[in-house]
Amino acid sequence: MGALAKNEIYAAVLQQDKGQYLTFLIGGEMFAISILGIKEIIEYGNLTTVPMMPDFIRGVINLRGAVVPVVDMSARFGRTASEVTRRSCIVIIEVEGDDEKQDVGVVVDSVSEVLEIPAADIEPAPSFGARIRADFISGMGKVDGQFVIILNADRVLSVDEMAMLSGANGIEVSSEVLSIGQQ
Amino acid sequence: MSLDLDQALQTYIAEARELLQDMEDALLRLEVDPNDADTIGAIFRAAHTIKGSAGLFGLDPIVSFTHIVEDVLDRVRDGDVVIEANLIAVLLESGDHMLHLVNVVAAQGEQLDAEAIVRENGLRVRLQAYQDNSGMGHAVQVEEEIPLQSSGGGLVETDNWHISLRFGQNVMRDGMDPLSFLRYLSTLGEIVSITTMFDALPLADEMDAESCYLGFEIDFKSEADKATIAGVFEFAREGSLVHILPPHSKLTEYIELICLLPESETRLGEILVATGALTQQELESGLSEQQTSARPDGSTTPLGEILVEQRSVEHEVVQAALDKQTQSKDSKNKESRYIRVQADKLDELINMVGELVIAGAGVSLLAQRVSDNSLQEAASVMSGLVEEIRDGALRLRMVPIGETFNRFQRVVRDVGRELGKDIELIITGADTELDKTVVEKIGDPLMHLVRNAMDHGIESASIRQARGKSAKGTLRLNAYHDSGSIVIEIVDDGGGLNRDRILQKARDRGLIAPNVTPSDQEIYNMIFEAGFSTAEAITNLSGRGVGMDVVKRNITALRGAVDLDSTVGQGTTVSIRLPLTLAIIDGFLVGVGKSSYIVPLDMVQECIELTETDRQLTRERSYLNLRGEVLPFVMLREHFEVEGAGARRENVVVVTCAGQKAGLVVDELMGEFQTVIKPLGKIFSTLRGISGSTILGSGEVALILDVPSLVQQAVNRESQHVSTRQAPHQLSCS
Repeated sequence: MGALAKNEIYAAVLQQDKGQYLTFLIGGEMFAISILGIKEIIEYGNLTTVPMMPDFIRGVINLRGAVVPVVDMSARFGRTASEVTRRSCIVIIEVEGDDEKQDVGVVVDSVSEVLEIPAADIEPAPSFGARIRADFISGMGKVDGQFVIILNADRVLSVDEMAMLSGANGIEVSSEVLSIGQQ
Repeated sequence: MSLDLDQALQTYIAEARELLQDMEDALLRLEVDPNDADTIGAIFRAAHTIKGSAGLFGLDPIVSFTHIVEDVLDRVRDGDVVIEANLIAVLLESGDHMLHLVNVVAAQGEQLDAEAIVRENGLRVRLQAYQDNSGMGHAVQVEEEIPLQSSGGGLVETDNWHISLRFGQNVMRDGMDPLSFLRYLSTLGEIVSITTMFDALPLADEMDAESCYLGFEIDFKSEADKATIAGVFEFAREGSLVHILPPHSKLTEYIELICLLPESETRLGEILVATGALTQQELESGLSEQQTSARPDGSTTPLGEILVEQRSVEHEVVQAALDKQTQSKDSKNKESRYIRVQADKLDELINMVGELVIAGAGVSLLAQRVSDNSLQEAASVMSGLVEEIRDGALRLRMVPIGETFNRFQRVVRDVGRELGKDIELIITGADTELDKTVVEKIGDPLMHLVRNAMDHGIESASIRQARGKSAKGTLRLNAYHDSGSIVIEIVDDGGGLNRDRILQKARDRGLIAPNVTPSDQEIYNMIFEAGFSTAEAITNLSGRGVGMDVVKRNITALRGAVDLDSTVGQGTTVSIRLPLTLAIIDGFLVGVGKSSYIVPLDMVQECIELTETDRQLTRERSYLNLRGEVLPFVMLREHFEVEGAGARRENVVVVTCAGQKAGLVVDELMGEFQTVIKPLGKIFSTLRGISGSTILGSGEVALILDVPSLVQQAVNRESQHVSTRQAPHQLSCS
């Protein structure tokens, strides 16, 4: 299944590299991420838990010799951690930090498809109501009359912020960082 | 093209740094033997090459400053200036400044800050003292040349230089950008006009994109002398045609030039007229004159004369070319022994070898499971080879420590002067090799120890003589290999440490209990304790201990250890023991719950089973009786908040860290494991107790335990009386 999704991504990239999004389910809700940062999708498994880390960091995996951290998106949104099922996947995303790029894995309940969403069909993020920090959302895509939350991967998976949250004084930091990201 | 140039620039920066290091070494040698012509030549060539190459990249600040240095060195070489201490001091500082220029201007592409400019101006003034005459001489020479040439008559009107350039076809293949020559030329004066000669261009089908077919006719207004202008094209000289005509040259020279160049005479004539080098009249009269004068003589005598004269003018140019040849011969000798490889490539290779080790472990694991004899044999042969490859690959990154040691020649010289002490540095074991990454990190702690030894260890000359030692102090840097580690020693023949004072101090501070009698070794090592040194200590303990805790921390961070020994009146020896590499270690694999952890093997003392009685007692206390010793332990299962019931049997891994024993309670002991260290990402930067990760033969990730910080955590936890369940799990971002 993983390989299939990967091929789809490549095909999509060849056609046109703008406005294409990978959609996936987390806790029954559909989200999208621009495919530009997505490197691959692998099956869930072989995860090593790292002790003394917050819930949203599931652990690390061995991705062909590189040790890659895996983030639980649902826990990152402040919800309960995802249940691992047969359809669970890890999406490997390249995140741009302040000075370097890093690969981060994201646990999702299942991967759906690659969609093309024209810019005209993307609404700015609401300042509240999505029950997700506003700066995590880069826009609301309209797909078949439904809204899909398009995530800002660099914010959701900000390595600096996650490192800070892992530190002892994580709680104060997390409320401080809240800012409203208008498009 | 820009990428290539960028790479070339990187090479230039690396070379310039090496050359400056060579220059510094050579200057220090000169101090001992001021008349060594070879050394003087080496310094000159270093400066010359730095300047020349800087010109290629259009790094004007480097060119202009280095030019002055080169001038002075040239005079030294000619014997016009005598080597003396002040000159060496100025040149050393100039070398430092050039390094700064290379770092700032070339590497970062920035301008100098105000402070550096002030320093540069100061150096310029000081250098001027040695250069003044020569500068005047140059100016006079140029002035003299002009009347000399004018005596031949038939001068052209223009007062511009005329330069004809025909680049060789290989100029771009040799890594040079023709444009950069012109760019550099424009720094010497004003390019009045330039005409591109494309007559040599072949038909499009026959054209090779990598060949250069272009030439240039340039009229150039400048105060520079011919050698300087010719120097611009020095690197292109091979295979290229370069003709330079000074201002007010004889008409016949122009005519001769026209004849020499590959393009047709009329076309060249037109161009020369168009660019203003010649007037139409001059051209016509010149061409006819040449024809008439050549016929009656039947030969080209006047042209021959001109050629001779040209040669004499180019004397300096020839000299420079000769210098360059000998120099490239020197560097070729060096190159035959070394290949310059980018550090990244080497790191990549070592990473791949690390993968190979991991994959090999996987194969061995499978072979054991299948229990096929021949397969197992093949697997074991392979792991043997993999191990050799691993060692070979790690050796590639080994560099001799001599380079680092040599840097201290300068430090010892400068600090010695500052302190007014005469100190000699003796280096032994310079060939001892260690990992490049370790070398880079050991510099600062070494610097600290060397300065300390000079400042506080070695006494002033009068005290030394009073104590019956030679007035000259000796500092020794030594290195040798010892069972998988490298040992670096800093030995001074100074006053040594005052044992009783340190003991007193340690007792006062409560670091040693009053009734304990520690060994001398233990007492001396007290000076590595944080905040041990105070103002009082500086006078009484000859000041050792200033920042020594920092030194120790840095060395411990490299998984090394530092030790100190001293004899009163005889001197002090500091030895640093470091692992040879930071990439691969021997580890001991243990299991807690479903996860595996690695304990660095050199910390493991022994393993014992946690007996049932001890298990019963762990609810109340966290220590056990190890053959009469109290052994505090950390329950990793609890510490890491591993979920699920405890294992049926538990084991204790006894580790030592900083002379202290501790136990780590784990579920399973899995034996030794070749551990390829993989850093955990930035996300885990705040994580304590885990120093990195590795990949097991099964492909799973195992975490490497940071034993000192684990123990420290346990200490903190207990002293704070906080319940063990201080759960970071509750830190969610709601």
